Amino acid sequence: MVLSGAEIVIRCLQEEKVEYVFGYPGGAVLFLYDALFQQDKVRHVLVRHEQAAVHAADGFARSTEKVGVALVTSGPGATNAVTGIATAYCDSIPMVIISGQVPTAAIGQDAFQEVDTVGITRPCVKHNFLVKDVRDIALTMKKAFYLARTGRPGPVLVDIPKDVTMQRCEFEYPKEISMRSYNPVVKGHSGQIKKAVQLLLEAKRPMIYTGGGVVLANAAEQITRLTRLLGYPITNTLMGLGGYPFGDRQYLGMPGMHGTFEANMAMHYSDVLLAVGARFDDRVIGNPAHFAEEPRKIIHIDIDPSSISKRVKVDVPIVGDVREVLEEMIRQLEAGEARPNPDALATWWKQVEEWRSRRCMAYKNSDEIIKPQFVIQKLWEVTGGEAIVTSDVGQHQMWAAQYYGFDKPRRWLNSGGLGTMGVGLPYAMGAKLANPDMPVACVTGEASIQMNIQELSTCRQFRLPIKICNLNNRYLGMVRQWQELFHGGRYSESYMDSLPDFAKLAESYGHVGIRIDRPADVEGALREAFTTYKNELVFLDFQIDATENVYPMVQGGKGLTEMILSAEDL
Amino acid sequence: MRHVISLLIENESGALSRVSGLFSARGYNIESLTVAPTEDLSMSRMTIVTTGSDDIIEQITKQLNKLVEVVKVVDISEAAHIERELMLVKVRATGKDREEIKRTADIFRAHIIDVTDASYVVELTGNQGKLDAFIGAIDPALILETVRSGVCGIGRGDRVLKV
Ligand SMILES: Cc1cc2nc3c(=O)[nH]c(=O)nc-3n(C[C@H](O)[C@H](O)[C@H](O)COP(=O)(O)OP(=O)(O)OC[C@H]3O[C@@H](n4cnc5c(N)ncnc54)[C@H](O)[C@@H]3O)c2cc1C
Ligand SMILES: Cc1ncc(C[n+]2csc(CCOP(=O)(O)OP(=O)(O)O)c2C)c(N)n1
Ligand SMILES: [Mg+2]
Repeated sequence: MVLSGAEIVIRCLQEEKVEYVFGYPGGAVLFLYDALFQQDKVRHVLVRHEQAAVHAADGFARSTEKVGVALVTSGPGATNAVTGIATAYCDSIPMVIISGQVPTAAIGQDAFQEVDTVGITRPCVKHNFLVKDVRDIALTMKKAFYLARTGRPGPVLVDIPKDVTMQRCEFEYPKEISMRSYNPVVKGHSGQIKKAVQLLLEAKRPMIYTGGGVVLANAAEQITRLTRLLGYPITNTLMGLGGYPFGDRQYLGMPGMHGTFEANMAMHYSDVLLAVGARFDDRVIGNPAHFAEEPRKIIHIDIDPSSISKRVKVDVPIVGDVREVLEEMIRQLEAGEARPNPDALATWWKQVEEWRSRRCMAYKNSDEIIKPQFVIQKLWEVTGGEAIVTSDVGQHQMWAAQYYGFDKPRRWLNSGGLGTMGVGLPYAMGAKLANPDMPVACVTGEASIQMNIQELSTCRQFRLPIKICNLNNRYLGMVRQWQELFHGGRYSESYMDSLPDFAKLAESYGHVGIRIDRPADVEGALREAFTTYKNELVFLDFQIDATENVYPMVQGGKGLTEMILSAEDL
Repeated sequence: MRHVISLLIENESGALSRVSGLFSARGYNIESLTVAPTEDLSMSRMTIVTTGSDDIIEQITKQLNKLVEVVKVVDISEAAHIERELMLVKVRATGKDREEIKRTADIFRAHIIDVTDASYVVELTGNQGKLDAFIGAIDPALILETVRSGVCGIGRGDRVLKV
């Protein structure tokens, strides 16, 4: 069948079973929008800013296992999308971004709305393409989806000049794809796996440390089985939350800068550390030199060889898909007779429990002023721990991660690697469209929410009943905290002056707005939001204690064991 | 430590900037980089001379392998290999210098490939050391221009980089 380039792009999306495209039109993509208009399989969500289009597609991908798709025009459309692309790249999220480009003949002429989109995005995509011939569109789209979802996932950008969307050619979507230059390893090396299992069985102070790779590989079930089989303690990074059930006894909470005392101590003093789909980020291991002081053997499972031995030397590297490798480990363990040494394990657990008994997550609640931790705990209670929770970046993000107990994967969406303020609301939009029957809450701060507040309009148009929990401390709280602790309390430009009345603002967009000032009203407001106003977007503006800080805390440059547990430690 | 990394990459536009961008973004050194298509025109062969600790070289090879268009990567300096570089030097050649330069060129088995009343262009191939030595042997005041191609390398004997 002979189709135009634009029609071919949309047909490719249909072939890939894409349900939603998040985008914003403009001159260079008019033919694409025309083709979208003339079909009804792929639905388009018109956002109010291209950054939000990419974030929403990203949120859609994080909350499912599907590839998120965004569509933007050339020039400013593409540059607005860059933050979203970089955000997805840093957290390895599968996405395809289609950008319009000026006509081929105009490329390089400083044409209207021309930027070198492929050049600008090159360092923050898994791969990108400029399609110069209509006959290349179908194969390029096929490659884009294949690259985005296989191996270490990531965003792939396809830049299409306007004339290419007009030209016509025969359309056939390739069934298979193979690229001689791209063959990610999926199955782990069985000899290495055997070595790993042996090492794990000999451990006296074992620790399991898992990350975003477990979520991305849909391997929560496997990691849970392995952990229970071994009886070892486990921690999930900020990106890996929900990989192992929060409420389980073997779970020690999150590690790292704002992780728990017990998780950090167990990471540090373990003699065998099993790292699974986690990349030894500086926010997780603190000062690498300090971390290396304690001798321990490290087993590292990752699909990307460059994640292994990058920041920390690894003893048993296993390149492969987390799920495949874990299944093989479980098979080998179950087939063999050997089991962990019960005495050593009992001694280790005694130590771990002693660390846990410090109750580092305890906080002083108040009757007068709303404590952010209390809001998150109530959010967890009211939603029965069954909501998808998105967050922005700052103190509220850490409190959400610490106090909302995630029992399942793909329920916690946040920007870990890039730390992009402004993702919360668009992530919630993508998640709600992907999971219409699930409650979706966006935990945010008064500063972050303003970075994409225009999306309240999109939420109205598409009737997305998100519950926004604004932990309003009138400060760039995370910045204020660092200034308080490390810059002599000089609060340089971290006060958020001239804030809007968020409840009224939400109302003006046609949503429900509630301002909450007293601790006694927190639970009621949340219940109202999730029941009375179930089908409405509700903006809950919680006026919280502006002086509250996030603890525990490992300062930048310090080691994992050098934690500040509370304000009293200072 | 100095390493010579050879790779095969799909001959796509932009492929070179992916490689050079990788080096600059991650702060790796490039001493030289050469690239040209192979006998199979769909692929280019690149030789990169770089320096770094073992950890850095390991990351460089992994990061290069990770580029979607890179087909194969080898650190050819890990075993017996040959390196060659081409150099063209334009020198002022008048009076008694003409003979002197000619003699030096002969000693280095270089060729004089362009002659005017006042200058020579000398062509020389060899490893970096040989080229450096030639430059060292000529009076700096006589050198008008030097152009070096950067290093090309190949493994000795059975070591073949091919898909
Ligand atoms: C304000 C702020 C504070 C933060 N504080 C903390 C903190 O206290 N604690 C914390 O943990 N983080 C914290 N972070 C997040 C931190 O910056 C990193 O984003 C995070 O720790 C990285 O998580 P990860 O190691 O799980 O890796 P990810 O970024 O999730 O990477 C996943 C890894 O898994 C691999 N992978 C992907 N798919 C597969 C597969 N199928 N099979 C095998 N491997 C696969 C990838 O190659 C990659 O190496 C904070 C972020 C912010 C913004
Ligand atoms: C786009 C962007 N700009 C700046 C920062 C740096 N930053 C990190 S947290 C933060 C403050 C966030 O304030 P708010 O949203 O109110 O959250 P709070 O910390 O008060 O809970 C800032 C400015 C960032 N992460 N992202
Ligand atoms: Mg704030």
